[in-house]
Amino acid sequence: MELGPILSTLRRHKIPALLLILEIALTCAIVCNAVFLISQRLERNKMVSGVAEHELVQLQVANIGKPANAKARAQEDLALLRQVPGVTAAALVNQVPFTNSSSNTSIKLDPTQKLPTLNATMYMGESLIGTYGARLVAGRDFNADEYMDFDAMRSDPDLQNKVGSVIITQAMAERLWPGESALGKNIYLGETSVRVIGVMQALIRPSLFMGDDAAQWTMVFPLRMSTASASRYVLRTAPEQRDRVLEGAAKVLRKADPHRIILKKETLDDIRSDFFRNDRAMAGILVGVIVALLAVTALGIVGLASFWVAQRRRTIGVRRALGATRRNILNYFQTENFLLATIGIALGMVLAYGINLFLMLHYELPRLPAVYFPVGAIVLWLIGQAAVLGPALRAAAVPPVVATRSV
Amino acid sequence: MFAYYLDLALRSLRRNKVLTTLMVLALALGIGATITTLTVLRLLSGDPLPQKSAHLFYPQLDPNAKDGYIVGQTKPAPTMTYVDAMNLLHAHRAVRQAAMALSQAKILPQQGGKHPFFSDAVMTTADFFAMFDAPFQYGGGWTAADDDSGAQLVVIASFLNDKLFGGADSVGKTIRLNDRDFRIVGVLKPWAPQPRFYAQDLGGRSYGDGDAAFLPLRTARAIDMGPQDTECYAAVTDIKHLETAPCMWLGVWVELADDTAVADYRSFLSGYAQQQIAQGRFERPETALLDLMGWLRDQQVVPDDVRLQAGLAFGFLLICVVNTVGLLLAKCLRRSQEIGVRRALGATRREIFTQFMVEAAIVGMAGGVLGLLFAELGLLGIRHQPAEYASLAHLDLGMFFFTFVVALGASLIAGILPAWRACVLAPAPQLKAA
Repeated sequence: MELGPILSTLRRHKIPALLLILEIALTCAIVCNAVFLISQRLERNKMVSGVAEHELVQLQVANIGKPANAKARAQEDLALLRQVPGVTAAALVNQVPFTNSSSNTSIKLDPTQKLPTLNATMYMGESLIGTYGARLVAGRDFNADEYMDFDAMRSDPDLQNKVGSVIITQAMAERLWPGESALGKNIYLGETSVRVIGVMQALIRPSLFMGDDAAQWTMVFPLRMSTASASRYVLRTAPEQRDRVLEGAAKVLRKADPHRIILKKETLDDIRSDFFRNDRAMAGILVGVIVALLAVTALGIVGLASFWVAQRRRTIGVRRALGATRRNILNYFQTENFLLATIGIALGMVLAYGINLFLMLHYELPRLPAVYFPVGAIVLWLIGQAAVLGPALRAAAVPPVVATRSV
Repeated sequence: MFAYYLDLALRSLRRNKVLTTLMVLALALGIGATITTLTVLRLLSGDPLPQKSAHLFYPQLDPNAKDGYIVGQTKPAPTMTYVDAMNLLHAHRAVRQAAMALSQAKILPQQGGKHPFFSDAVMTTADFFAMFDAPFQYGGGWTAADDDSGAQLVVIASFLNDKLFGGADSVGKTIRLNDRDFRIVGVLKPWAPQPRFYAQDLGGRSYGDGDAAFLPLRTARAIDMGPQDTECYAAVTDIKHLETAPCMWLGVWVELADDTAVADYRSFLSGYAQQQIAQGRFERPETALLDLMGWLRDQQVVPDDVRLQAGLAFGFLLICVVNTVGLLLAKCLRRSQEIGVRRALGATRREIFTQFMVEAAIVGMAGGVLGLLFAELGLLGIRHQPAEYASLAHLDLGMFFFTFVVALGASLIAGILPAWRACVLAPAPQLKAA
């Protein structure tokens, strides 16, 4: 295909050509970034929790005041819950993944260190790891005789020093001692030291307020909770029995104490889905924006190309009379569009990169991966070709006889 | 003359239905998206207390240890310890001052058979209501003396009064909160600042109906009501006694009359921090005194997602405008002969320009009407989103008119280039070509 005639024609129609290039460039820039944002949201949606998600349910009960028998109440509740048909494990825990309430603390590697090394979340509850289904990759779970009562520990500084062991996640271990085994090493919570006795593959912190990078900085302590200090019962069961187990458990808990309020009863799948609702909603909006943008751009190309064809009817007729085939005419308009789209895409890439830099500065987004550029280019080329096809076919249909008529 | 242009424009638009529809549709989509996101942005960045916000200030101190402190870069703590909050309150350096924390209260309806339920509660001090212009339906707030004596009093919100007493004057009656009896001293009229500025950083929701019950701080603490959010800056052995623990959990607001008062309070605040350093309680001198809107900006009440959406919508509108420029240009170049004839018959350049601008304006108005429809659809979509402000997203009268301003503005900007191209066309060659 000869580019010369196309270029000289475009030179005589600078403004419409420039507008088309500008529109394609802007669309390319916004679509590349929007697709990237969507992939970020969907990626986040898939975040690993480290627990047996499809097998867990939680019941959150309100605890008002401090019942004197909180410890006995907890043990009695747990014993009853374990008898609910379908329940394979039960624990009273201080926090649950994908909820926005969490207990966190700063830790140090050395008590004399001025600034903490990192901030980690604290999971507590008897037989928590087994109930959650978190996988140990090194060391061991707590022994039954290691557990201490949280309530007693909370108000007695001497007892706090006796909590000697902790289980942490791989991510946290790697962050604290890169390349080394964490087993047997000590971390410090204020002045108190605890020894790492186990390493879990993963266990996500409940609230991601520290950012997604810190999502796996998690510790589990051998502490037994009471109804005065914890309100979440977590039960493990077969996936298909979850609803029945929730009903049964609620009944049992109400029967044991008719005055208590059951705030929530839900599966971990639902909790997770709720947690990422905003991300999914945003991804949905972005998909809408992309579709609308591509549609508007395509319509713009159709409009301008139609006008162009109408304006050049006579020239087309002359070319046809001089021996150009229909295919030649069709190719002419397709090449023209390809040329304009290419310039637009090139400009759009630069713009996309600029927008990404702005987003990186203001919204802590990572750099736009290079793969988005060729994909964006191909999509816009295709849309350009599809949009121009109609007008180009109309142009190709112009009979040579037009050349002999005055307009 | 204008009527003639209008007639010409309508004729021209009708002659080219497809092109006109494309222009209007694209413009409407851009406007719809822009108005939708701007409505949300305005909802979120709005002033929750317009009549008072300029006089309300949020003092901040920093009891954290020196470690990690960088002069001029470390922001003071967002909340206060009980000791500091009480010191500031008792200094009476402002017209009004109140400390507050959010909590939950279990409310037991007196009618038989009703289940107890949880509601948001605020523990605060006497000035809260007058300072925030909270309007009373019945009764009033409590006094500073009630604060000190820890009286079992409560002010309830209108929706709680409706629920428990069917909206009747309940002042003097008692309600059962957390298994204690409280005497109602006041019932508020519906009052829910959006966002709930006084809940920022206290762990509360920012939007919605507001809080159900307001209790004197000391009274609430006496029955072990705990704050939603506590941040401790040193090892804590006894979290139950928050009044003496090294923990921050209270927000303090002060009302200041004018700039002099603000400057005075600022120096009082830094003087207080210096005094605490001298006493060995504090190690950092940093203080802050932001006004209400400044505090909301500092708290970034507008979520990043919403800003991003607004940015996207503007990008979208820009593309739509570029699109409209192209299509209008196509239309006007197509009519060069018509323009040539009109010019030859004596129309001035200005008249041709005006004629094409009127045409652009008509496209804009049509785009505005359709855009309004898209905006309503967009807001309907927003209301189905999971965000807590979602249900508040409605088009108000201001945004209704603003839609047309945007539509007209966008179309007129889009119309300038085509209209200019049309009016500079030399008439002779066009006539010859015909």
